[in-house]
Amino acid sequence: MEWPGLGSAFWLQLTRDLRLAFRHIGQAANPLMFFVMVTTLFPLALSPAPELLMAIAPGVIWVSALLASLLAAESLFRQDVDDGTMEQLALSPQPLSLLLLAKTTAHWLMTGLPLVLMAPVVGHALFLPAEAVPATMLALLLATPVLSLAGAVMAALTVGLRRGGGLLSLLILPIVMPILIFGARATDMSMQGLDVTGVMYLLAAVLLLAVSLAPAGMAAAMRISLD
Amino acid sequence: MSATQGNGAALLEGKDLELWRGEQRLFSKVNFELRAGELLHIVGPNGCGKTSLLRVLCGLTLPETGDVYWRGKKVLRNRADFHASTCYLGHRESLKADLTAEENLVFQLGLRAWLSKADIHAALEKVGLTKRRTVPARSLSAGQKRRVSLARALASGARLWILDEPYTNLDIAGRELVDQMMSEHLQRDGLVLLVAHQAHGVGAGVTRRLELG
Repeated sequence: MEWPGLGSAFWLQLTRDLRLAFRHIGQAANPLMFFVMVTTLFPLALSPAPELLMAIAPGVIWVSALLASLLAAESLFRQDVDDGTMEQLALSPQPLSLLLLAKTTAHWLMTGLPLVLMAPVVGHALFLPAEAVPATMLALLLATPVLSLAGAVMAALTVGLRRGGGLLSLLILPIVMPILIFGARATDMSMQGLDVTGVMYLLAAVLLLAVSLAPAGMAAAMRISLD
Repeated sequence: MSATQGNGAALLEGKDLELWRGEQRLFSKVNFELRAGELLHIVGPNGCGKTSLLRVLCGLTLPETGDVYWRGKKVLRNRADFHASTCYLGHRESLKADLTAEENLVFQLGLRAWLSKADIHAALEKVGLTKRRTVPARSLSAGQKRRVSLARALASGARLWILDEPYTNLDIAGRELVDQMMSEHLQRDGLVLLVAHQAHGVGAGVTRRLELG
C-alpha cells in the first residue's frame, strides 16, 4: 500500500496545528504575554536607573524567555491526547516522530518566534544597547527551538500523568541550563562589544543536536504514554 | 479462548496473547486467525479487556506475551504497512472540536491516502452528514460525531476495520448503516474486528465470535 510522502504529512500536521492555534489566538499568545509582562515589571519594581537595568538586562530577558517556553510546553500534546487524536496519529502510516516534530514546529512558530520578534521592544525597556539587539535576537532564534524541542520530549513523557505540570518543569530545567548560560552570555558579550561568533556556533550546535535527537525521543516517549 | 477455522491464508493472526494491567490479568492465551472477508465479533462482560485487546491488536499497547501478525509479518516490525491497511475507531471520536467534520477528515485521511474533497464528501453523504459538514465538530451531537468516524472508516480505504462499540450513540437507522457498511466491506474482501455488546446484523457464514473473560 502506498501513502502520502513525509513532506506532505509534515505540512498537513503543521497547517492543522497552526489553524487550531489561530482559532484560539488568546491561548497561543499566553507565553508572549508572560514574557512581555515579566520583563517590563522589572523596571517598575527596581529603580528605573539605566545602569542597573542595563546590567540585569541579559539575565532578565533570558530567564523570562526560558520560563515562557516552559509555560508553553505543558499544553503541547495535552489536548491531542485527551481527545484521542494522538492515538490516530500513532496509528497512521507516517512516522510518529515526524508528526510530533511538525507539531513542535507549529508550537515554536506560535510561542517561540514571537519572543524573538519581541526582543527588541523588551530590550528597549531594559535599556539594552542597540548594538546588542541583533546578537540577542539571533541567539534567541537559535535557542527558542531548543527550548521547544526539549519541552516536547518531556511533555510527551509526562502527558500520561494527570498532574504532570510540576514534574515537567523539574525535568526540563536541568537540560536547558546550558541554553540559559550561553544565551545570556551572548547578550552580555555583545553589550561589551566582544566577538560572539563562538557562542553562536555553540548554540547552533545544540540546536542541530536537538533537532536530530528530539523527534525520536518524543515518539518513543509518546508511545509509552499512550500504552 | 480461540477462534480458528475456515480456509485460505490468514491475514491477521494473534498468537498466545496475554495482557496484565497492574496486578490483574486481563486475558491470556488468546489465539485467533482472520481471513479476507471475515468478521470477528469479540464479546465479554464489562472490564474483561475487550478494548485492551483491540489496543494490543492495533499496536497501541504491548502485550506481555504473544505477537500479532499481519500478512505473516510481525506488526511491531512492520508498523507503517499495517497501519496503512488499518482503520481504528475507538471509544473517543478523535475529532478536533474546533475543526469542521470535513477539515477533520481531510487531515486524518490526508496522512494515509491521496484523497480528493469529492471522496470525503461522498463518505460524508453516505453517513448522512452532507448538510452538517461545515459545522465545527463541537456543535455536532454524539451520534453525528460517531457518523463522522464511520465516514473516516469508509473513505480510508483500509482493509482491516477495528471497531470498538460502533453502535454507541447511534439511532436505529445509524445501527443499520453500520451493519450495511460492515456487510459491504466484507463482500469487498475486507476484514472487521468488532467489539459490541449487542448482536450485529451481518449475515452468518463469514462471522466468528471470540469470548473473553
